[in-house]
Amino acid sequence: MVQFSEDKLKKVNEIIARYPEGKQKSALIPVLHLAQNEFGGWLSPETMDYVAGLLNILPVEVYEVATFYSMLNIKPVGKYVLEVCQTGPCMLNGSDEIIQYIEDKLGIKPGETTADGLFTLKPAECLGACGYAPMMQLGKFYREHLTKEKVDSLIEECKAGTAKVDS
Amino acid sequence: MKLLLDKAHIEGIRYYDVWKKNGGYQSVEKALKMAPEEIVEEVKKSGLRGRGGAGFPTGLKWSFIAKPEGVPRHLVCNADESEPGTFKDRYLMEFLPHLFIEGMIISSYALGSNTSYIYIRGEYAWIPDILEQAIAEAKAAGYLGKNILGSGFDLEIYVHRGAGAYICGEETALIESLEGKRGNPRIKPPFPAVQGAWMRPTVVNNVETIATVSPIIMIGGEEYGKIGVGKSTGTKLISACGNLNKPGVYEIPFDLSVEEFIFSDDWCGGIPKGKKLKACIPGGSSVPILPANLLLKTAKGDTRLMNYESLADGGFATGTALGSGGFIVLDEDQCVVKHTYTLARFYRHESCGQCSPCREGTGWMEKILLAIEKGKGKLSDIDLLWDIQRRIEGNTICPLGDAAAWPVAAAIRHFRDEFEWHILNPDEAQTHNYGIAHYADPLEIAV
Ligand SMILES: Cc1cc2nc3c(=O)[nH]c(=O)nc-3n(C[C@H](O)[C@H](O)[C@H](O)COP(=O)(O)O)c2cc1C
Ligand code: SF4
Ligand code: FES
Repeated sequence: MVQFSEDKLKKVNEIIARYPEGKQKSALIPVLHLAQNEFGGWLSPETMDYVAGLLNILPVEVYEVATFYSMLNIKPVGKYVLEVCQTGPCMLNGSDEIIQYIEDKLGIKPGETTADGLFTLKPAECLGACGYAPMMQLGKFYREHLTKEKVDSLIEECKAGTAKVDS
Repeated sequence: MKLLLDKAHIEGIRYYDVWKKNGGYQSVEKALKMAPEEIVEEVKKSGLRGRGGAGFPTGLKWSFIAKPEGVPRHLVCNADESEPGTFKDRYLMEFLPHLFIEGMIISSYALGSNTSYIYIRGEYAWIPDILEQAIAEAKAAGYLGKNILGSGFDLEIYVHRGAGAYICGEETALIESLEGKRGNPRIKPPFPAVQGAWMRPTVVNNVETIATVSPIIMIGGEEYGKIGVGKSTGTKLISACGNLNKPGVYEIPFDLSVEEFIFSDDWCGGIPKGKKLKACIPGGSSVPILPANLLLKTAKGDTRLMNYESLADGGFATGTALGSGGFIVLDEDQCVVKHTYTLARFYRHESCGQCSPCREGTGWMEKILLAIEKGKGKLSDIDLLWDIQRRIEGNTICPLGDAAAWPVAAAIRHFRDEFEWHILNPDEAQTHNYGIAHYADPLEIAV
């Protein structure tokens, strides 16, 4: 069942209080981030309906938003999502090779998840780290100046469950 | 001269104690003794232009904010920073959060905003913690909250995370997103200064713009206005990337030449492996790309400087724009067709889909560019691309349409020979790059 803990509910109310009275819909994106984190890395219809109930808005208002933003997943993803930037400045510094290397290493295409459910490869558009290219986002943090060796050790860390993806 | 990054090297400057010890919060103390209108006046005198990309005078923008009786007003800081090549606001927020918060407090006071928001791109997921800590520290020290320093002014600042959408950097899309909706830009007017967030008067400003308000108050608007060249006053953060020995964030004086910025060891340190400079997009992906010859010198033969006027010299025919300061350098091995394709893909991905010229046009441009890049293009595709970009420009609700059109237009304008070579040598183009051949003569360019 989809249900925030007491702690998280407190957090939701804190977020709602940041916006003018009656404008609790403004809390939607922040609350969806919380929900996605809490309920398996994606927003199931059940999760979205739950959030709609919390904010007292229509479910369709949540679906509209969830389908618009690239960070909100409306399909299940792997435990670790490798979001490799592929835009111009990163491309100039070899992001294509990094993406290809991950494809070969994990045996998946962009957008796919490994059979064990551990990794999803998700090409991303400019993440604001162009000077530290090539780079990827892994969970909460950026991994910059990527090389094949760095990708290898990152994937090992993920498999071992030691990769820092949250604080 | 450094006005923003002068303290960036100090160990621990991210934290309140160190910041305060190094002269922190003096600008807030000074500002709260002034009247809000006086601050707007100082910012006007400074000549500060918005650092988000459009370069609109900040003081003037502030003076437009409507003040209907009994209606709250808001300052919303644009920390969406998603224009390819741009990563300067991130640097300010990560390393100098208190400078930014000082600017937020003074700007909020000047505008009469008692609740201000920082709308930050969702991918910068670790930065809200840094900002929230800085906000909490400032509040504990009495610089935020109720009756700040006994001035009677109350202020709360909240950090609001987006969730991945370049379009939310456009100010009306940002406001929609802040209200919990899709990031569809609004039709203007009404302008945000009259009806913005929750239909209340709202000013949206870039992070760097707001941070700059602090040094302006410290040294005075007039003094600030004396720094720089002509209407490019003060200093500017440039985020340099692409093929450079020392990519990164730099605070530059406006009289610096482009050549010195790229090649001097004090700045970007030249191009790796001694390669030649081929082209550059100096102001974020939306501004025109220029070949090396037009980048370093204007069509008239003057040395090109890193400021608003000099970079724009020659208009779009032979010039470009300072934009957001996202400085992207391409060396001789880079393919302009491929680079332009990645940008076209970016804009297609980021189009909100509200207007057909942008929604359809960005998709067509991406497809045609990919075909050319993959050796499946026709010569007539070049004119087709030109035609599509021309039909997008100026025909859309928000400037994303223009931003998508300009990079393609400039690439064709200056590198048509490279596009033709790609199409005429489809096999060779898969393994080789065109390199640096001749460029269109700057004086004979058809616009
Ligand atoms: C598609 C698009 C994306 C934009 N992205 C940003 C952005 O990420 N950050 C920003 O400060 N301004 C961005 N802008 C400009 C804003 O609309 C607005 O002009 C700016 O935030 C105003 O602040 P300033 O006057 O301080 O520059 C964007 C504009 C457009 C059309
Ligand atoms: S120009 Fe593009 S991004 Fe802007 S409103 Fe129209 S479709 Fe949306
Ligand atoms: S292009 Fe990859 S982070 Fe900007």
